[in-house]
Amino acid sequence: MLHQFFGGVHPAEHKDLTEHKATAPLAEAPAQVVIPMAMHVGAPCKPVVAAGDEVKVGTLIGETAGLGAPIHASVSGKVVAVEPRPYGGGGMMMSVVIENDFQDTPDPSIKRRDNVEALTGAEIIEIVKNAGITGMGGAGFPTHVKLSGAVGKVDTVILNGAECEPYITSDHRLMLERGEAVIGGARLLAKAVGLKEATIGIELNKPDAIEHLKALVGEAGDVHIEGLKTRYPQGAEKQLIQMITGRQVPPGKLPADVKCVVCNVATAAAVWDAVTEGKPLTRRGVTLTGGAMAQPMNVMAPVGTPVSHLVKMAGGFKIDPDRVLYGGPMMGNPIYDLDVPMMKSTNCILALTKDEVAEQDPAQTCIRCGKCVDACPMRLTPLFMRMRVNKRLWSEVEELRVMDCIECGSCNYICPARLPLVQSFRTAKFAIRDEQAKARAAAEAKKEAAKA
Amino acid sequence: MNENKDLKLTVASSPHVNSPVSTRSLMMDVLIALVPALCVAVYVFGPRALVLTAVSVVGCEFFEWLYRFLLKKPQTGGDLSAAVTGVLLAFVCPVWLPYWCILIGDFFAMFVVKQLFGGLGKNFLNPALAGRAFLMLSYSGLMTTWAKPGQWVGITDKVADAVSCATPLGTMHGADATLPWLGEAGSTLQDLFLGTVPGCIGEVSAIALLAGGVYLLWRGVIHIRIPGSYIATVAVLSLIFTKGNPNFEWMLAQIFGGGLLLGAIFMATDYVTSPCTPKGEIIFGIGCGLLTFFIRYFGGYPEGVSYAILLMNICTPIIEKYTHPSRFGVTKEDRKAAKAAKKGGAKA
Repeated sequence: MLHQFFGGVHPAEHKDLTEHKATAPLAEAPAQVVIPMAMHVGAPCKPVVAAGDEVKVGTLIGETAGLGAPIHASVSGKVVAVEPRPYGGGGMMMSVVIENDFQDTPDPSIKRRDNVEALTGAEIIEIVKNAGITGMGGAGFPTHVKLSGAVGKVDTVILNGAECEPYITSDHRLMLERGEAVIGGARLLAKAVGLKEATIGIELNKPDAIEHLKALVGEAGDVHIEGLKTRYPQGAEKQLIQMITGRQVPPGKLPADVKCVVCNVATAAAVWDAVTEGKPLTRRGVTLTGGAMAQPMNVMAPVGTPVSHLVKMAGGFKIDPDRVLYGGPMMGNPIYDLDVPMMKSTNCILALTKDEVAEQDPAQTCIRCGKCVDACPMRLTPLFMRMRVNKRLWSEVEELRVMDCIECGSCNYICPARLPLVQSFRTAKFAIRDEQAKARAAAEAKKEAAKA
Repeated sequence: MNENKDLKLTVASSPHVNSPVSTRSLMMDVLIALVPALCVAVYVFGPRALVLTAVSVVGCEFFEWLYRFLLKKPQTGGDLSAAVTGVLLAFVCPVWLPYWCILIGDFFAMFVVKQLFGGLGKNFLNPALAGRAFLMLSYSGLMTTWAKPGQWVGITDKVADAVSCATPLGTMHGADATLPWLGEAGSTLQDLFLGTVPGCIGEVSAIALLAGGVYLLWRGVIHIRIPGSYIATVAVLSLIFTKGNPNFEWMLAQIFGGGLLLGAIFMATDYVTSPCTPKGEIIFGIGCGLLTFFIRYFGGYPEGVSYAILLMNICTPIIEKYTHPSRFGVTKEDRKAAKAAKKGGAKA
């Protein structure tokens, strides 16, 4: 039985640019890949290779240091540098630069596994950990951490195939082309947390994917395929949980607190590859699209491929883009330098023209239409929050629950005055976190002083 | 290595796309939705209805421009909100109103009610209704000189020549209204529905206003919450408080008669002066309905819509304050537990 999530909007989809284009391997492999040591939520990895080392596809090059997932070479060849490079998270990040020998020699450690059925949940999680799998839908949370936190606590495994962001079709293509891997991955994820069933949520604008996966599951019936009414932000974790189970994740809590664990369909396929083929996560499907892209397409590319190379593969820009984004137009991060690499969580490179972009205009006035209140999936009141952000009344903004904001952009999208709402909430969150940190530091200093 | 080195890429906060709906397009939709009512007005009252509306629009846009020019503020006439006020103010005046008189109303609406409080989005009263209230107090004679339907009023006709008559609600307001109670003009329910009754320019035709309302709902400009709760409240009350007439017809006359539909669909839904929270909108609508009906039933005026909405405008901030949507992930039980804990803590 399906439930509803609150609010939401329905932006123009623009998925027709690429939804019928099969995921193709790159026509030309990148001559060099730049693999940042932070492609996940948590601490950056420690590089374990040095300039001059030979690596193969799947060779470990970055070890976890705290919360994180290991990182593997995505091409075979020679490490030419281990140095800070610009990356998608903004600023510089320690990166391993590999010169491609175009041989794609797999690392000898990669072996097919035949006894998949016999694996225990803990073993699956261990494989996922060693394969360096992180959430592939955008945020990049280390999957093994998510899974071990869910063991014994959850009763529902949800796979996110909503792909609610406009333009992006990489998950859509994945479900059509590698449905077996998605379903197999779903079963493995369920087993990993001690369950027998999983649910895949897919928006109804992908009827072919829904049909295909339903046919693949067939009589088995252990993986449920749910068609969801197309509405953004369906693919946001909390909203998807609400949609499938009707449960609401309490503020500051995790999905496991409402007995759910959510993984992207691409993550599930990566888990399948890791478990059956022994392959670590080194490549993924990416949608190259947008009005400025000459030949919009879906490609399978090695992690670390420079964005400029991907753009070249898509025929370059037919017109100068106004901005290029990692991800979709609603939550995507802008790229300031095309030499930055694609990462494990990069599902789309979107080149938008000036006409496709809507300029935000802080000078206009709020007409109190209340559309933002209706659109907010977290039941916030964006217009009241913005009024207080403008006056820097941080404690009042906090009282209005700005920390609950998931920055989905629905309020901003629907605003007829084009006010930069999300930006102002980000400002507020930074300011509030800053104040909290200062208050903590002051309290500690006081304690120290009292001790002394 | 990279032929795109010279590209200047914009770095901005997400989202990067916006709905095509803008303030201007919303106001345009409201203007479009008012066209049917204007057409009926011209058909019933003659060309003066059109000219008076046009004068009012020009007046509102001019006074807004003048204020912002005098105070050296950026001009905002392009958002069309002043034009909407202009049309609505004309719509709540009788067709006989002299042109100079509506310009005074325009001045009051734009200068005093809207711009002195900071312009669009800042005024706490609906400018058109406040303008009407001002004219009612200052020129009550002119504001209640109703034209007989079908008696076309020419563009240059003087109000001195007017043959006034009572509106259906005015007749019904009389102490012993018995059948046929729809007035000396011989109006029937069907007249109320179509608009061939005495009354303000824009309020007479129920069907034209409903058509405009359906358009606004379809375009997503307004939500059903305010007009729905407003009209439903009046309907329920008029079934409870009857006046010696067939109940159902009395109820329909209350809904189709007077300014109720114009008020519920176009005035009470004014974004700026109505609550922004879903629950608040329903409370606002019910409040408007209660006040409207009680002014009509118990009060000295036959018509209560404009004062009801103005009074509820004043209540908007307090309604909003107490109707914030409940927090995501916090259930009713959670809230009760938190309240109990707070109480327990206070006692301890």
